[in-house]
Amino acid sequence: MAKPARTRKAAAKPNTAQADPDFVLHSLQAAHEKSRRYDASDEELMGFYEQMLLIRRFEEKAGQLYGLGLIGGFCHLYIGQEAVAVGLQSALAEGKDSVITGYRDHGHMLAYGIDPNVIMAELTGRQAGISKGKGGSMHMFSTEHKFYGGHGIVGAQVALGGGLALAHKYNEDGGLCLAYFGDGAANQGQVYETFNMAALWNLPIVFVIENNGYAMGTAVKRSSAETEFYRRGTAFRIPGMDVNGMDVLEVRAAAELAFAHVRAGNGPVLMELNTYRYRGHSMSDPAKYRSREEVQEQRDHNDPIERLKKELIERGKSEDDIKAIDKAIRARVAQSADFAETSPEPEPAELYTDVLVGSY
Amino acid sequence: MAVELKMPALSPTMEEGTLAKWLVKEGDTVAPGDILAEIETDKATMEFEAIDEGTVGKIMVAEGTENVPVGTVIAMLSGDDDDSAAAPPPVEDVAGEGKDVGREPSQAEVTKPVRAEPRADPEIPHGTNMATVTVREALRDGMAEEMRRDERVFVMGEEVAEYQGAYKVTQGLLDEFGPKRVIDTPITEYGFAGIGTGAAMGGLRPIVEFMTFNFAMQAIDHIINSAAKTNYMSGGQMRCPIVFRGPNGAASRVGAQHSQNYGPWYASVPGLIVIAPYDSSDAKGLMKAAIRCDDPVVFLENELVYGRSFELPELDDHVLPIGKARIMREGSDVTIVSYSIGVGLSLEAAEELAEQGIEAEVIDLRTLRPLDKQAVLDSLAKTNRVIVAEEGWPTCSIASEIVALCMEEGFDHLDAPVLRVCNEDVPLPYAANLEKLALLDTARIVAAAKKVCYAE
Ligand SMILES: Cc1ncc(C[n+]2csc(CCOP(=O)(O)OP(=O)(O)O)c2C)c(N)n1
Ligand SMILES: [Mg+2]
Repeated sequence: MAKPARTRKAAAKPNTAQADPDFVLHSLQAAHEKSRRYDASDEELMGFYEQMLLIRRFEEKAGQLYGLGLIGGFCHLYIGQEAVAVGLQSALAEGKDSVITGYRDHGHMLAYGIDPNVIMAELTGRQAGISKGKGGSMHMFSTEHKFYGGHGIVGAQVALGGGLALAHKYNEDGGLCLAYFGDGAANQGQVYETFNMAALWNLPIVFVIENNGYAMGTAVKRSSAETEFYRRGTAFRIPGMDVNGMDVLEVRAAAELAFAHVRAGNGPVLMELNTYRYRGHSMSDPAKYRSREEVQEQRDHNDPIERLKKELIERGKSEDDIKAIDKAIRARVAQSADFAETSPEPEPAELYTDVLVGSY
Repeated sequence: MAVELKMPALSPTMEEGTLAKWLVKEGDTVAPGDILAEIETDKATMEFEAIDEGTVGKIMVAEGTENVPVGTVIAMLSGDDDDSAAAPPPVEDVAGEGKDVGREPSQAEVTKPVRAEPRADPEIPHGTNMATVTVREALRDGMAEEMRRDERVFVMGEEVAEYQGAYKVTQGLLDEFGPKRVIDTPITEYGFAGIGTGAAMGGLRPIVEFMTFNFAMQAIDHIINSAAKTNYMSGGQMRCPIVFRGPNGAASRVGAQHSQNYGPWYASVPGLIVIAPYDSSDAKGLMKAAIRCDDPVVFLENELVYGRSFELPELDDHVLPIGKARIMREGSDVTIVSYSIGVGLSLEAAEELAEQGIEAEVIDLRTLRPLDKQAVLDSLAKTNRVIVAEEGWPTCSIASEIVALCMEEGFDHLDAPVLRVCNEDVPLPYAANLEKLALLDTARIVAAAKKVCYAE
């Protein structure tokens, strides 16, 4: 999914910020190109692997439970995109920074280390679910982790993320907001309204476009005049970064650069994370808009989990060690499914709770 | 260990499907991601993938089998640590474990024809042949006929062309009319509602599809400020003949943000026409009328009704009057006023009431703005009792509007208070049991009708 490096218009390329008024627009990308991959310790590498595998197995199980009728409504799986949430969120300052995303939100919750039981129980609509069974797959939140959901209207989370960033700045709490949205969402008008205000007000926000190639059945080139999404902040003087979202180490390295830039008070950064979704848009997608070969190609040659597995083996991990991890994760996911299946539905009285905070 | 492969639910509303084709046979080894079978729902053909690796054991449901309920065991798969692919005894349990958990049979896939009651619409000559057609097809046919008739009519929206419509209402239109007149837009509701409105001001006749009306919240500024007020603000110079259409109201377990009835919202806006049909005949006849109308129209459909079949008169040009209600069932004891999906529930309630000796008259408003006040008042004068059945919130509802109408203009005829029978006044919950508790149903309509008849 690599793209040609950004080409500059200027014939003679100045090399200082003073001489080049557009320096800020490409400096992050230039730094990223110099050193693309994060230098992870063995322990960190293993941690990334486990998190990504947990997301993959969890989502596969969710797909199964949907097929059994235990999960209803819309259910969007994150399979293939694991490296994005894991790489980015591993670089956050926990308890300080906030995250917001759309309806494809299970992976982002799991990347926080949130208990798979309460996520799965939300999917099955049970009292023990993280939203008491009242939100479902698309509407999950954990304010404890500063994870603000879980939104069903494409693009809405971008403006809400701008509000979260405003609060970080207002409270001077040193946090930043990570706002994820899709390649499809990137065409929503309110995204650009938010870009403008975030840049104008120097808000601490990192916009993350998860470019998985498709918005439901629409390929990027059928909906977007500028398909290099990382350039879309240029008009608002927001620097862009073009990142391989199928390599967790590249994602992590890019995240460090972007977050440092924002934390230093320089205003927003726009990151394009190039990734791929293996499954249908949601569970009810006939997938006639792309070939099986295209999907298989990504699975065989670009899989973020396989890539890391190879790296672990190169570093001396044995196949048996890796099998043992796989087994433990399968067991953990199976346990969450059992929990989600056996825990009770919400009490009828829950219908009337949480509508308002006070009583009037 | 052998794994049971069960008929999967492939969409929020799927209850059963056709096992179109097996792509594996008994004894084949499969890996995760391999396609096992093709399954047909009323919306699409989908591929059914293996999740575990193993060997295909017994195939229990042959290809070509129709109406296979979700959860039925369709084949066995032996795991990799299993040494024989022998099938265990066939499982009789058709529902399957988990089938009943959190899933009530929805009415989405009910396709048995419903006989249209005798109707007073003058446009339909007696003896006209009746075809049985789904609401989905009726809407599509209505649009296609108008597109053939008038070059200025075009359709735009998300996934309306190449995908054939997210709910397949625009199926086939791209093939017939080409990409100039059937236009896929990016997900930019505000932007394309504005472009559509501008095109209407410029003399075209756009049909703007919202994937669901929940997303038209993004575009409501153009619908109200741009489209509805243009004619008035320009002193009648600038017309805006546009149709905003799409599914409205609760679907099935899609949660609070995807389940809302916007009828009362739009019906409160002067300058708009608001139509919410129930059956196939009204869907087609009013769609055609909406496209021909010189005013902006908000045309509210319902996903759960798309797949239902009804009788539709076979006429060359089936156009129905906007602003006219329809008596769906005659009765003398109580009037049930409703629209959209509520009409089906009201007709069921009327049958139940009849068994208890109460004859209910059921009125389908069909158009919410302008409201057919006379139809309601005439029926009130006949039965002296009115209830309103509405799949939507009670507060500031169409039901509230009918109550006000009866108070203001029919007070002398009332023998009992007018009651609103609506959804619970909460955002729609996701959990199956809570969703059921929240939504309008037949039992509530029956209870309210008995109450105003003092028949408790
Ligand atoms: C405002 C709005 N319009 C349409 C939809 C229906 N819808 C849900 S997801 C989606 C595609 C979004 O694609 P993208 O932004 O690329 O995200 P991805 O699903 O690929 O993660 C659409 C059209 C919606 N939820 N909200
Ligand atoms: Mg996408």
